[in-house]
This record gives sequence, C-alpha cells and structure tokens, in this order.
Amino acid sequence: MFKLKCDDFLIYNEETGTYYMSDEQKVRDETERNRWKNTGWTVLKDWRLYIMLVPMLIVYLLWKYLPMYELMGCFKNPTTGDTMHVSTYYWTGLKYFSTLFTDKIISPDFWMAFRNTFTTAFYGLLFGFPMPIILALFFNEVKSNVVRSIMQVCVYLPKFLSTVIVTSLVLVLFRGTSMGTQSIGIVSTVFSWFGADSAALNNGLVQTTQYYRAIYIITDLWEHAGYDSIVFFAAVIAVSPTSYEAAQIDGAGKMAQMRYVVIPSILSTVVIMLIMKIGSLLSVGYEKIYLLLGEGRGEGAMSNYEVAHTVSTLANEWSEADDKEFKALGTAAEMLNNLIGMILVIGANKIARTASDVSLY
Amino acid sequence: MAKANRRKTETSELIFKIVAYFILTVFALMCLYPLIYALASAFSSGEAIKQGSVILWPVDVQGDAFMRVLTDNKFWINYANTLFVTFFGTVWALGYSILGAYALSKKRLLGRHGWNFFLVFTMWFSAGIIPQYTNYMNTVGVFQGIGINDLKWTVVLAMGMNATNIILLRNSFEGVPSEIEEAARIDGATEMQILTKVYIPMSKATIATVALFFGISRWNGYFWAAKVMSDQRFSWPIQVYIRDFLKEYTDIAGSDGLDADKLATWDSLYSYSATSVVYSMVVCAIIPILAIYPFIQKYFAKGVNMGGVKE
Repeated sequence: MFKLKCDDFLIYNEETGTYYMSDEQKVRDETERNRWKNTGWTVLKDWRLYIMLVPMLIVYLLWKYLPMYELMGCFKNPTTGDTMHVSTYYWTGLKYFSTLFTDKIISPDFWMAFRNTFTTAFYGLLFGFPMPIILALFFNEVKSNVVRSIMQVCVYLPKFLSTVIVTSLVLVLFRGTSMGTQSIGIVSTVFSWFGADSAALNNGLVQTTQYYRAIYIITDLWEHAGYDSIVFFAAVIAVSPTSYEAAQIDGAGKMAQMRYVVIPSILSTVVIMLIMKIGSLLSVGYEKIYLLLGEGRGEGAMSNYEVAHTVSTLANEWSEADDKEFKALGTAAEMLNNLIGMILVIGANKIARTASDVSLY
Repeated sequence: MAKANRRKTETSELIFKIVAYFILTVFALMCLYPLIYALASAFSSGEAIKQGSVILWPVDVQGDAFMRVLTDNKFWINYANTLFVTFFGTVWALGYSILGAYALSKKRLLGRHGWNFFLVFTMWFSAGIIPQYTNYMNTVGVFQGIGINDLKWTVVLAMGMNATNIILLRNSFEGVPSEIEEAARIDGATEMQILTKVYIPMSKATIATVALFFGISRWNGYFWAAKVMSDQRFSWPIQVYIRDFLKEYTDIAGSDGLDADKLATWDSLYSYSATSVVYSMVVCAIIPILAIYPFIQKYFAKGVNMGGVKE
C-alpha cells in the first residue's frame, strides 16, 4: 500500500533496505527551487519581446491612463493650488457629486444630460441594431453579384465621411427658412408635407426640440446601418443552401425560413454584435452631437439644447465656463456616465456568457 | 400537398424579394443623394440655393465658389496638414500597434492576460473629455519644453489610439502557424526578422485593413484637433477649417452667433453663396477618400469580419 503511493518519488533499494529518491523527483525538486530563477531566465531570453511591448505601453500610459489619474480632479477644488496640476488642488471630498445631484441650478442640467444620454443610446440601439440585420437579410436576396456589389458600395459610403461633412450636409438638408430669407432644405420639404410645425420649418428642424431626436437617429442609421450590415451579411451567406431546400420541401414560407433557418444560424453573431453595441452604448457620438448643437438655450421649443446635450457635450461646455469649478463638475458627471457604461459592458458580457456560450472578452 | 406547399413558398419568396429590392434601392439612393446634392450645390448660383431650386444637378452653373477654394491658400495649407497628420499618424499608430500585437500574440509572454487587460480596459472605460483635454494640454507643454513646437506632432503622437485595431492584429498574428516561426528560429532568425519576414507578410490583409482604419479616422478627425489647436489656424486640418467656415459665413450651424451684417456683406460681394464654398471644400475633402474607396472597400469588409474579438 505504502509502496504504491510513494512509487513515483521514492524507490526501494532491496539490498540496503532503504528508500532513495528517484531521479525524476530530484529534477522536479530542482525545478521547483529554480522556479523564480527560471522565470527570470525566460523573461531575459525573450527580452526582445518585452521591448516590443514598450512603445504601445508608453502610448497607452501617457494618453489613456494618465487622464484617468486626472480623474481625481472631480474630488478636488480646481480654484486652489497650481492651475495646471491636479495633484496640487485641495481635496473637497464628494462636494461636486452632491452639487450635481442636489444643486438647484446645476442638477436639472445634469439630469437632463443624463436622461438624454440614455434616451439617445436607447433609441440608437432600438433602431440602429435591427436595421443592419434586416439589410443583410435583404442583401442575401439579391442574387446578382454585380447588382449587390453596386448597392453595397453605395450603402457603405456614408461611413467614410467625416462627422464635419455629415453634419454640414444634415444642417443644410434640414435647414429652415431662417426668417423667410431662403427656402427650406430638401428634406425639410418632405417634413412639411407631413405637416411639420411652421415655427420649426422657419428655425431649421435640427434646432428644434421635437424633431432633433428623430433627425439624429435617422442620420445615424444613414451613416452606420449599411456598414454594420457587413458582418451580418457574412453570417447570412454562411448558411448552407441545403438548409433552405430542406425548409422549402417542408413547405416553409419565407418568414418560416427566416425564423427556423436563418435566425438560429446567425444568432451567435447577433449576440456578439449586441454586446459590442451595448459596450459602446453610453459613449454616444459626442462629436456629432457637439456639431449639431445650436448655440444657447433658444426661445421656447426653438432650440435642441434640452434634447441634444449628453453628459459628454455638457461636460465639454462646462469645461469652457469661466467658473473653474465647473471643470470639476464636468469631470464628475462624465466619470459617473463612463462608470455606468463600463458596468453595462461587463454585465452584458456576463449575461451572454451564461446564456449562450458566446462572449467577447 | 407538396405542390401546394411549393407554390405557397414561391409566392412568399417573391414578395420578400420585391420588398428587399425596393428597400435596398431606396436606401442605396438615400446614401448617395447627399453627396450628389453637395456636388450640385457647389456649382449652383447663390440665388438658386436660396430659392431651393437645386435638387439633383447644378442650377445657374458657376465655378467661382470652386475657384475660390482652389485659390484659397489657407485651405491648402490645412489640406497639407491633414495629409501630414494622416500619413505620420497612421505610420506611428501602425508601428506601435504591430509591435505590441506581436508581443501579445505570443503565449510565452509573461503576464499576457495582464497586458491584454491593460489594453481592453481602455475600451471599457475612458476618463472623459475634461481629463483628456488637460492631459493633451500638458502634453503640448511638455513637447514645447523639448522643442517640438508644432502642435501637429501632438495630434500625430498623442491621439487616434484604438485598442480594437491592436486586438485585430493580435488575432491575426495568433493565426500564423507556430511551426513556421520555429523553422525560422532554427535558421537563426531574430525576433525582429521573424516579425518582418514571417508575420507581417502572412497578415498583409489585416495590416492593410488596420492601416485603413487608422488612416480614415485620421483624415476625418475633428474634435480634438479643433480643441487643442483652436487658435492656431495654420496647424488646422481641413475638417476644422470647413467647420469654421460653415460657422463663420453661413446661417446653418447655430444661428445665434451669426452676424447679420456679415451675411449682407457676403451677398453684396459675391454672386455665389457661402454654402457653395462649403460644399466645394467638402468635395475637395472627399475626393481622396472616393478615389481610393473602390480599392479599399473589400478590405474593410474583410476587416470587419475578422473583428470577432476573442481571447
């Protein structure tokens, strides 16, 4: 019994009646003793590999992680200490957070921006996510390669235009009469057929509370839907033709084929893309919003201030305020926003992993 | 029964097909239209634009707005800046991304999961606009301290990071069979030679895609360039110049700041509208992208499909 157990590291010497250690075990012990020495040796042997890592690490440390260090600015009063260096400011604790949540002047703006971030993100997901899948399913119907390529070239194109160009096109196509000095933009004309508000048509639809959000979502679809369909299209064409044939023989109509053949086979792609979408949910394109924002609050409903401002754009506006303390407020607001975004992406990933074995990270 | 099924299937397929063709055609035309409109507006007279008679083709054709852009020195200086930032920015980002991705793709790299996390974390959480702005301004200060006074270098070196691109490259390097690497190592190749002679040639498609991702984002970059170089007109990229012009001379981007006198002066001086000038610039700014677009479009499709991030 005992002999069996010890067999692998002790060997019984019958002549002397003693046990001695096996060679394998000696090697094992040696390895264990030298483990840290060996680690050092592996690192040293591959030193070139670590050198290769260095430029990337430096870039990310300096311009991604150093700003995170600056985040402590939201617990500090920026009117104190040396103006350029966060570390010299005096600590104020959670003062700016309580200002954000309770101050009579600040907190309505903050909640407005916070709500807008969520609403914009939510609508973006609601319309922006299914659209590329639908486009991909439609592309699958176009059997002629030439026709499909032409269509695809067209629908990918807006993705490659800069935000400045997109917004300058949007602002002109949706423009108003501007106190009767010009005629309305082409797309505004379409809106006017459906009975758009005359004040809005005068002021420009983008600068109007009630139309801004619809325009934002429509132009977002215009920009991204085509390009985002690429990945779904690849998944759709990977479905084997025999599956369709089998379904057809069973009398499945197009809808039934979609439901029982196509959707199950592209599901994993859909889940991955959904996680990615949720991950970037709260970083709604602030550049575009910044460029579409009108100046000031405007009179009545004639400004997109109330619906357009997201946390990022509000933080940006605050950072330009004369009162330096707004800087700390903006930092705090955006940090909250980004923390929630991070929780969302990690949560989505967890759910996906438990539900379907598909996960991203 | 089977025959009836067959017919039912065919009818529903036909309807689906018609709907698909219709919606795709409409969507494709919608995607093209704003560009056609921009081109038509660039060459239409001011009065035609004001009346809204420009729909598909130029009305009251004039080339003055386009000529104004072509002879505008400031515009071309800014154009050169964009070329500069795009070229050096892409080379720089591609350089450290390839090196880093190569190291990350090696199983023998100690603390591999930690390094990966270091990278991926930046995709989950960003510090936000204000800390980043402070950081960039400090960077500008440091760069000026060591004698790099041109703000373009700050834009080139400090901006345009993209962890997704590095992960794309890493995944592609991981796909290279390790036998080839071992063979090269036995032949006495160094780490750098293995990277340049084995890995880079074998991942050409991915590298091209990633280079294009970096390049396009550089060409189109606006926000940080505008913020960091707000008062340095001669370092601006074109995107900033176009936006500035739009805000300065037209009443379409936020009408509050607009000077009514300025508009009147414009109208008394020129027969073409400021909008035409903006669109002439837009056309100039898109031409390079449109020129390479047919060639790169298939790479992009490939790149996106490789984008399934895995660990």
